[in-house]
Order: sequence, then structure tokens, then C-alpha cells
Amino acid sequence: MFTKFFFTLKDAQVPVSLREYLTLIEALKAGCAEYSVNDFYYLARTTLVKDEKNLDKFDRVFGHCFNGIEFLSGDEAVDIPEEWLKKLAELSLSDEEKAQVEAMGGWEKLMETLQERLKEQEKRHQGGNKWIGTAGKSPFGAYGYNPEGVRIGQKESRHRKAVKVWDKREYKNLDDSVELGTRNIKMAMKRLRQFAREGAAEELDLDETIRSTARNAGFLDLKMRPERHNTVKVLILFDIGGSMDDHIKSCEELFSAARSEFKHLEFYYFHNCVYEKLWKENNRRHTSFMPTWDVLHTYPADYKLIIVGDATMSPYEIAYAGGSVEHWNEEAGQAWMERILGIYHKAVWLNPVPEKYWDYTPSVQMVKQLMTDRMFPLTMGGLEAAMKELNR
Amino acid sequence: MKFKGTDTYVATEDLMIAVNAAITLERPLLIKGEPGTGKTVLAQEVANALGKRFIEWNIKSTTKAQQGLYEYDAVSRLRDSQLGAEKVHDISNYIRPGKMWEAFTADESPVLLIDEIDKADIEFPNDLLQELDRMEFFVYETQETIKATHRPLVIITSNNEKELPDAFLRRCFFHYISFPDTETMERIIDVHHPDAKRELVRDALKVFFDVRETPGLKKKPSTSELLDWLKLLMSEELPEEVLRSKDPSKLIPPLHGALLKNEQDVHLFERLAFLSRREQR
Repeated sequence: MFTKFFFTLKDAQVPVSLREYLTLIEALKAGCAEYSVNDFYYLARTTLVKDEKNLDKFDRVFGHCFNGIEFLSGDEAVDIPEEWLKKLAELSLSDEEKAQVEAMGGWEKLMETLQERLKEQEKRHQGGNKWIGTAGKSPFGAYGYNPEGVRIGQKESRHRKAVKVWDKREYKNLDDSVELGTRNIKMAMKRLRQFAREGAAEELDLDETIRSTARNAGFLDLKMRPERHNTVKVLILFDIGGSMDDHIKSCEELFSAARSEFKHLEFYYFHNCVYEKLWKENNRRHTSFMPTWDVLHTYPADYKLIIVGDATMSPYEIAYAGGSVEHWNEEAGQAWMERILGIYHKAVWLNPVPEKYWDYTPSVQMVKQLMTDRMFPLTMGGLEAAMKELNR
Repeated sequence: MKFKGTDTYVATEDLMIAVNAAITLERPLLIKGEPGTGKTVLAQEVANALGKRFIEWNIKSTTKAQQGLYEYDAVSRLRDSQLGAEKVHDISNYIRPGKMWEAFTADESPVLLIDEIDKADIEFPNDLLQELDRMEFFVYETQETIKATHRPLVIITSNNEKELPDAFLRRCFFHYISFPDTETMERIIDVHHPDAKRELVRDALKVFFDVRETPGLKKKPSTSELLDWLKLLMSEELPEEVLRSKDPSKLIPPLHGALLKNEQDVHLFERLAFLSRREQR
């Protein structure tokens, strides 16, 4: 029935499945939407969209697929042949107004004038009474007052009864504001979990209870033990700014996933390569930083270290003292890297740059060597491999 | 049997369609939305409107899916065996039915609210797939199958703290409660505080939406906070002019504690008030 709509949704990357489509058909059969476009819109939305970030996409597809449905019901609007104008969406005139148009010389005349004006005018225009634009009194344009007006590029119908909800696109700002795919990252990070028992005793230890009951000559002796908690400790260092700007999104995903997955998670920022300073707030990096030495002394060696960065920089930044682009560094980045790796044995470097480009950048090669090959791409596969490495 | 909102709950058209679809097709309904837009209250109101029993299952970070089905109390059975109690011989004496069991075996189809499902472990929704789909589960200890005599209306709320698995989402209807516009908001206030003076409400709403527009607020005030604030305003019997005053030195709304719950937000608001005062000079 709505197969085309369904496939357009799929093409627009709204995650819909056959199951949901069947549910929609079933709901329609059961009479959940009684032949009103609005009801159908709400019903289709509640069955097919499962996340508010997809609502905007859905609205767009719906508007696209069912554009024109109202024309069938209202007699005050007439379609304009496509060859007239690409952008021209619809023409909304009442019978009375149509008569007025006839008085002006009929449709043909109106359309001809319109085409001429469009040729004459090339820029966006507002106000005035000749040019096509918005809010003017010319017969052509949108949001105008002229009864013979031809509406161009106006999204919503101005007649209250035909407000198209999906044209309002109320959910526009929800799209992309929610992080995508963190579930996958969290699942990969689960591999890092290390359970240990600590805290208050609150769980029944069955084995111990049986053993001590037997020793107690059959009299019940309950033994409790603390519940298991995830005790893995993670220290993350993020490269920030410069060439990393392209990868901010995937890094944010990684960060928000990691944040909720680990209880002991510490993070610091650095720029390009790790030197003597690390910081927590990027906008106050010059005033409130933490000496790297202090970081190394604060977090014991059982922390697992994850460095996230594209490792794309000038080789001098790694190899020589004073090579940093931002400040004068007394010691080379290489020395700092070796110092850090000497403390944290479980360490990986995650690189958001796709693996196939690594060979073209010498600094990536150098960092990879420093990390003794423990550099992984920031993909699902890479992340899994990295977690495995950390857990070895 | 259609849900059309109640005396105490204003339901928008799209929400009604979603609820009614869930009722008709007997599928779970997943509700998301900003905190304080009435997600949890919805289930209660649906139950009231349809005259159904209301069963609430609050999810915490430690909740396991199994707890919603049943729990086997091995410890008390062990203890009873020492005391030589007679009921030890029947294992079913030690099976404690959970909320879902309760909902499945109710005489009439109830409304089951699974509140804040995203609080639980990331695998929690997956563990309930079959149970929600077929509305039945198996009790290993007694080898019996508990099957819903009347499929309950299941309403699930989520605050978006964790993403839910696709397989789970596919089985639900979904509705996102968006923040009400001024018109709906006036209706909501009407329902909750019918005795509020018209002007007070209008002025308060203006202040409220202005506060919401403040850029950079950590937590925007929501419907439930507005209702609380109005209650305070009414009980204080403030003169109406206070809200309407354009005097920048009084830019902070009276009793703002009900609207802004975050120290940083109050600071931010004070700073903005200060800035605008400087501009006026």
C-alpha cells in the first residue's frame, strides 16, 4: 500500500524494518487512523520512528511522499505543471479569486507574466510590489496579500485548516544533537570490564554457605559476600584542536560512551603530542593545567591508558626538544611518550584516521613505533581489537 | 475503548493516536521526552481514564529483568527446612511473583508502567524481549508457564540515558513528548490550577518561556516545574505587577528556586540580568 513511502524512508536512512511496516498496516486495518491525513501521519510516526533524532528525517520524507494529498480534498488549490517552474509548489486560489484572475486575462496570462518576471529577477526579494519574493504585494511570491498570488517556496499552507504538521519540522533541532552509535561503542567497551568484589556484604555466597553449614553439623550458617563491581580503571588522553577538528564527532561518541561505562575514568587533553602539561578544560588550558609528572604520580600503574589522537603532525614535534607548535618544550615528545608508556603497561593509541592513510604520514609511523604497534583505528573492529589488547 | 486525555491530563492529538494504537494492537508503548513533560503521569492517567488497574515497576540501576518476572527465595526455604516447617515441601511457596507476573495474571487487562528503563543495565531491554512480545514466560523452579490471560497495556518511559537495542524498539510504538507550546501550556495550567487568575497565568507563562530561552541553561525548567512555581506564586499572593515589571533590577523572577534547580543556572541568570542592567545604563 505504502511501499514507496516505506522504501523512501529506508533510503533516507530512517531505520525501518518490515516488522514495523506490517505493524502500520495492521494498525490501519484495525482503524487506528480514520481516513484523515493528520491521523495517518501521527500513526505512521509512532510505528515507524523509534528515536527522536529520526523525527525530522521522517517529516521530510512524509512531506515529500504525500505532498499533494491535500490538493485532492480542497478545491481551492490547483497544481501547476512542473515545466512551469521547479520551485513552484502550488497555487492556492479560491473560486472567487479564480474569477478575479480570469478578469486579469486568465491562467495563461498570469503564468506567462510570472515566467517573464522570473527571468528578469535573479535575486531574493522581499517587500515591494513587483518582484517575486516574500511578504510583498506582487501577485507572485509567498506570504503576500494579493488574491491572485502564486505561492512560491512557502513551506506551510497559510490556510489554517491545512497546516501540514510535517512541514513545520518541529523536530529539526533534535536531529544530530543526540550521539549516534554509542551503544556499539559501549558494547565494545564492555570487554574491558573487570569484576571484583568490594564494598558491603550483601549477596548470598551459596558455596560458602553450604560448606559452613556442613561444618556446622547441618545447622544453617549463612555467608554473605560483597557484590561484584566493575573495577577497571581507565585514563584517557585526548588530542584536541588542529587536525583533530575533523574527528570531533567520533571522539565525542567515544567519550560519552566511556564516561557512562566506567566508574574510574580520568581524562586529560593534549595537543598533537604529549609534553610536560596536560589539561582538563580546553578553554583554560593556559591557566589551569596539570604537569604531566603529577598525572603520572597521581594515577597508579594499574590504570589502563587510552590515547586518542590522529598522530598527524610534523615529525619534529615528536623527535626534538622545542619542536612543539605551541610552546617551547624542554624535552622531546618522544621522551614523554616513553616515560608514560614505562608506567602504564596496558596502553593503546586509537586513531580516528582510517588505517589505509597511516602509511602516508611519517608521524603516524613514528607514534606507531613508539606504541610498539599498539595503534588501532577508531572503528568498531579497531576498538574491539584495542580492548582485547588492553585486557591481555 | 479510546483514550482522550482526562480532567487532570491534557493529551495532544499525536499522543492520543499513539496511545490508542498501542491499546488496539496490544503492543508496548515507549515514551521519551524532556524530564518533567509528564511521561510517568501518562500511564497513571491512561489507567484512570480506561478504568484499569495500574501496576508500576520502577527501574533502578541494579534492577534485573528476572526481578520483574519472579524471584526464588532459596534462603528462606533453607531456613524453613531447619525449622521443619511443612511448607518447605512445595517449592512454589518460595516463588515471589514480580510486577510482570502480577500484570499477566490480573483478572482484567491492567496498565503496566515500566518506568525509566534506561536506568538499568544496557542488556536489560533485551532480556525482556520475548516476555513483552509473547506476554509469557517460563518458571524453571516449578516448570510452569505463566501466560497473560489478558494482554496488559505496557507503557515504558526512557530518559535517554542509554540507547535502547533495535530489536526492542522494533516491538514498540514510540512517542516523543515534545515541549508544549504556549496554547497547550495554558490548557495544562487550566487543568491543574483552575482558580489561577488569567493575567497571572499569562504573565507567568511569559516569564517562564523567557527563562527557557536563556542560552546556556544546564537544565531548562519543564512543565512540572512551572506548575510548582505557579502554586508558589498563588500561595504567596504576589501583586501581578511584580511579574510584569520591566525594571531590570528585578530581572530575576520571584521564587525562582522552583524554576532553576541548578546553582550554575542561577548564577548564569544573575549574570545575564547584570549585563542587561549595564546595557540599559
